[in-house]
Amino acid sequence: MLSVKNLHASVFDTPILKGLNLEVNAGEVHAIMGPNGSGKSTLANVVAGRPGYEITEGTVEYQGKDIREMDASERAGEGVFLAFQYPVEIPGVSNMAMLKAAINSLRKYRGEGEMPAAEFLQLIKEKAALVEMKQELLKRSVNEGFSGGEKKRNEILQMAMLEPTLALLDETDSGLDIDALKIVSKGVNALRSPERAMVLVTHYQRLLDYIVPDYVHVLSDGKIVKSGDKSLALELEEKGYSWIEQELQQAS
Amino acid sequence: MTEVVEKNRDLKELVKREYKEGFVTDIESDTLPPGLNEDVVRIISAKKNEPEFMLEYRLKAFRRWQKMREPEWAHIDYPKIDFQDISYYSAPKEMPKLESLDQVDPKLLETYEKLGIPLEEQKMLANVAVDAVFDSVSVRTTFRETLSAAGVIFMPISEAVHEHPDLVKKYLSSVVPVQDNYYAALNSAVFSDGSFVYIPKGVRCPMELSTYFRINEMNTGQFERTLIIAEEGSYVSYLEGCTAPQRDENQLHAAVVELVAHKDAEIKYSTVQNWYPGDENGKGGIYNFVTKRGLCKEDGAKISWTQVETGSAITWKYPSVVLQGDNTVGEFYSVALTHNKQQADTGTKMIHMGKNTSSTIISKGISAGHGQNSYRGLVKILKGADNARNFSQCDSLLMGDRCGAHTFPYVEVQNPTANLEHEATTSKISDDQLFYLMQRGLSEEAAVSMIVNGFCKEVFRELPMEFAVEAQKLLDVSLEGAVG
Ligand SMILES: Nc1ncnc2c1ncn2[C@@H]1O[C@H](COP(=O)(O)OP(=O)(O)OP(=O)(O)O)[C@@H](O)[C@H]1O
Ligand SMILES: [Mg+2]
Repeated sequence: MLSVKNLHASVFDTPILKGLNLEVNAGEVHAIMGPNGSGKSTLANVVAGRPGYEITEGTVEYQGKDIREMDASERAGEGVFLAFQYPVEIPGVSNMAMLKAAINSLRKYRGEGEMPAAEFLQLIKEKAALVEMKQELLKRSVNEGFSGGEKKRNEILQMAMLEPTLALLDETDSGLDIDALKIVSKGVNALRSPERAMVLVTHYQRLLDYIVPDYVHVLSDGKIVKSGDKSLALELEEKGYSWIEQELQQAS
Repeated sequence: MTEVVEKNRDLKELVKREYKEGFVTDIESDTLPPGLNEDVVRIISAKKNEPEFMLEYRLKAFRRWQKMREPEWAHIDYPKIDFQDISYYSAPKEMPKLESLDQVDPKLLETYEKLGIPLEEQKMLANVAVDAVFDSVSVRTTFRETLSAAGVIFMPISEAVHEHPDLVKKYLSSVVPVQDNYYAALNSAVFSDGSFVYIPKGVRCPMELSTYFRINEMNTGQFERTLIIAEEGSYVSYLEGCTAPQRDENQLHAAVVELVAHKDAEIKYSTVQNWYPGDENGKGGIYNFVTKRGLCKEDGAKISWTQVETGSAITWKYPSVVLQGDNTVGEFYSVALTHNKQQADTGTKMIHMGKNTSSTIISKGISAGHGQNSYRGLVKILKGADNARNFSQCDSLLMGDRCGAHTFPYVEVQNPTANLEHEATTSKISDDQLFYLMQRGLSEEAAVSMIVNGFCKEVFRELPMEFAVEAQKLLDVSLEGAVG
């Protein structure tokens, strides 16, 4: 589904990704871990098409299509979703209004008509219940005055509403209390399916107890330096990243 | 009748004389040659067959105007206006009707489409003949009947001076004195036409006066004059303007609007202004110098101004409220957008005189391109105004880095019990916001539109429902090409 080959990318002219390879198939969940500043968010943003994140070398294919020239909204239309590490506030725009516009934009991109209002209301009620989000938050301005945890939950609500094919979750677990973590995981697991794929960026093994990944990768200095299954996450938790760096040094 | 004949004779006498400037004019001509002097004022009054008191009023205003100077304090920059190079009277012209929308400039139709203006209204706006059912004359008659059944007077002010001279005499310039400012004096001397509204005691006006206005004659000329009086316990909502782009050969517009609210009366005045802003270089746009003021004359009165200003090359406009009675309320909600080379210096004045008076100011300025947007506001609390309250919020949104936003809030407090709050913010449409919305599937234009509309929300919700929707679309159209 997602095929990233030898990806070199710069953020406002600073090279960050330096030859990254990643293959994600439908139905799979991949976890990406790695030290601060190693380029995890950069990878997610490059795949989602954030302006200013420039690919200098390598390819990014999604569902067999080269998406490098598509803008962010086209990629969203193709089914790519990014849950932001730092969700953005949009004053004066209600959460509901934003979701409605988003759903209808995606439908338009796919050549479908607008979602009938009643269907939309039913859907949002259902999904808000799934992530245990209060009705009151739906009417408030997007992320404005939301607590850190509410913002993260809102990202999952949006994901549940938009039903992406490829979901990139950037540290959705950071800042969540244990109950919220369970709720968010429930939302993510509900979306797992043989047609979908997910890439989770996280610092904590804990999340992977709730969302069990098929693969775990370690990103360091702009490259994936080690891949494994869930046990790799446990090993990292125990030994830290320095262990991998030492291993790499020995190898070279 | 004899009076009219006499007047006409005077007029003939008058025009036979040579103008001081050395030109002769013909009474039958539709447009006076450029220039302004006492004779021109006399001709205007005579052409309209006005009663004597109106001529005196105009002459008095003209004499004051001659002694005044054009204000220069506003944060706007434009070539000096030659007031002797403007024609001050032009009879309303009947444009030949077009047969179908096919004959209308497709670009104009495209804009109507984008604004979501219904087909029949598009026809009226574009001067296309309409079906009998939609004929503005017949609809107008129905409206008139509904209004007069309620005792509401709503007519052109040029008719009101004949039909209700006592009311006009009593209230005209009772809120904006002729000498108030340069443009108000000019308007008083030469005003063309405008609306007169009178709501009797205890009457809630049975319709938004917008509904009427939109199909009414829109060509009231460059010096518009409006007077609205709400008697005790009455209510009226009046909407001026139109989202459809309006062009005019006259570059200078100087309107005066006066509102009088008696005890417990409420007047809600909304404006959507979309005069031609000029091209990308600001060439040819309208200069809009407007004086709008409301008087909460007695206890418990309330006046709110809501404006969406997207047009004009230059906007100079400060709708104000004088809170004279006790427990009176003044409100000002404004969205002003400047794009390309547009300049706007707009805001409000809230003058607190009575006790327990309160005012609210919400101003949203949007600048794009090289647009310059200034908020200028005065909150004045006079000695006797115990427990006055004001809340002011001035937010500016910048798009791009060649535009500007400026705020000039003035406060004068003469009573220590006053409670004033002021908030001001300046923000940019951030790349993060754009990316966030685009990542959710919105196109770049839709994302910008959503952010801008969110920014203006507190103002839009004050507009009559159907107009709020149009106003949103108007902002989208006005901001086309502002990003990217
Ligand atoms: N706009 C920018 N301009 C310059 N450098 C940037 C910019 N944005 C990010 N970077 C740099 O790119 C590097 C990678 O950042 P990124 O956000 O991808 O790291 P991360 O792996 O997600 O880290 P964290 O775990 O802290 O979230 C960092 O060194 C960061 O400072
Ligand atoms: Mg990160």
